[in-house]
Amino acid sequence: MQIIQPHYHGIARTAQDYERMAMSGVVAVAEPAFWAGFDRKYPETFVDYFRQISEFEPTRAAQYGIRHFCWVAVNPKEAENPPLSREVLRHMPLFFQKPTVLGVGEIGFHLTTKNEQEIFEAQVELAVRHNQLILIHTPHLHDKVRGTKRTLEILAHMQVDPTRVWIDHVEEHTIRGPLDAGYWVGLTLYPITKCSPKRAVDILEQYGSERILINSSADWGPSDPFTLQECILEFRRRHHTLQEAIDVFHNNPCRFLGQCPKFDIQPIRVETI
Amino acid sequence: MLTASEALNAYFLETRCQLLEIAATLDRLDRAALADGERLADTRLDRLYGALAVLAERPTASAGRASSDRAERLLNLFSDLD
Repeated sequence: MQIIQPHYHGIARTAQDYERMAMSGVVAVAEPAFWAGFDRKYPETFVDYFRQISEFEPTRAAQYGIRHFCWVAVNPKEAENPPLSREVLRHMPLFFQKPTVLGVGEIGFHLTTKNEQEIFEAQVELAVRHNQLILIHTPHLHDKVRGTKRTLEILAHMQVDPTRVWIDHVEEHTIRGPLDAGYWVGLTLYPITKCSPKRAVDILEQYGSERILINSSADWGPSDPFTLQECILEFRRRHHTLQEAIDVFHNNPCRFLGQCPKFDIQPIRVETI
Repeated sequence: MLTASEALNAYFLETRCQLLEIAATLDRLDRAALADGERLADTRLDRLYGALAVLAERPTASAGRASSDRAERLLNLFSDLD
């Protein structure tokens, strides 16, 4: 089965992950810009990071036949430093011209602070001004409800088209608001701290698959890119058809990411010959 | 051996995750039963809810000691002892 991994931090993973993903049917990944595990001091460090994910990482993925796309942004944690963030934002439009950059992400809240809000709003404005897709991170664990609510309140007062915005890391207690407001949502499969493959399938069974993206994130922390395949297995075990699985795990990423013309992978349908 | 505080730090998130999985599993069972249009009558379900009652017991300060035999009690609950 062909699979798209819509949220994947390739620079934190090994070549073996690409190889095993390719062997399991992954045809494309999309890599948002995120926190490196420490706060960077210089805007130029971000610029080099953006070069890495927009220029070098696609070459690593290509060795295994995987298409690699990316997003650029100041992540929520480092948005706590507005002067640095503003400098980085100045460089981002250059990257919007790159052939594999899909938009602005992941942005949003970590601790839902005033500084984070200032830079979140600035990045949404930048994305809208440059007609970019938007990928929004929602906070972890006990901060998730508050951060998601605040995210929706802010977006409601900005000129964004909800169908071009993906609000990520939702779970059972935060999915309704974004879906009801017309946004795409993402379920992130983590071993401990986010959604599990079984719970993700529960959510698909309750809400349907429209405007839902499933991803593993997979970064330098405890995470596993193959939770996505685990989720597909669970989905199929519950008697959902192959076409339904393709719709969720391949076609939905095509539908959302394909709103950026650079993402040219088309939805597919299984036919008997 | 870890201190109580160290043990909570070490296992809080993992336990939260395990509890969520249990909650989701019970929700899944309820939804399936609702879709089937009948209440599931199965002694295994009784044992699951019996186990949850054991887990929900929290030792009081006046008890003077921790109840540290939950795992054993659960295994006995899931055993055919007769």
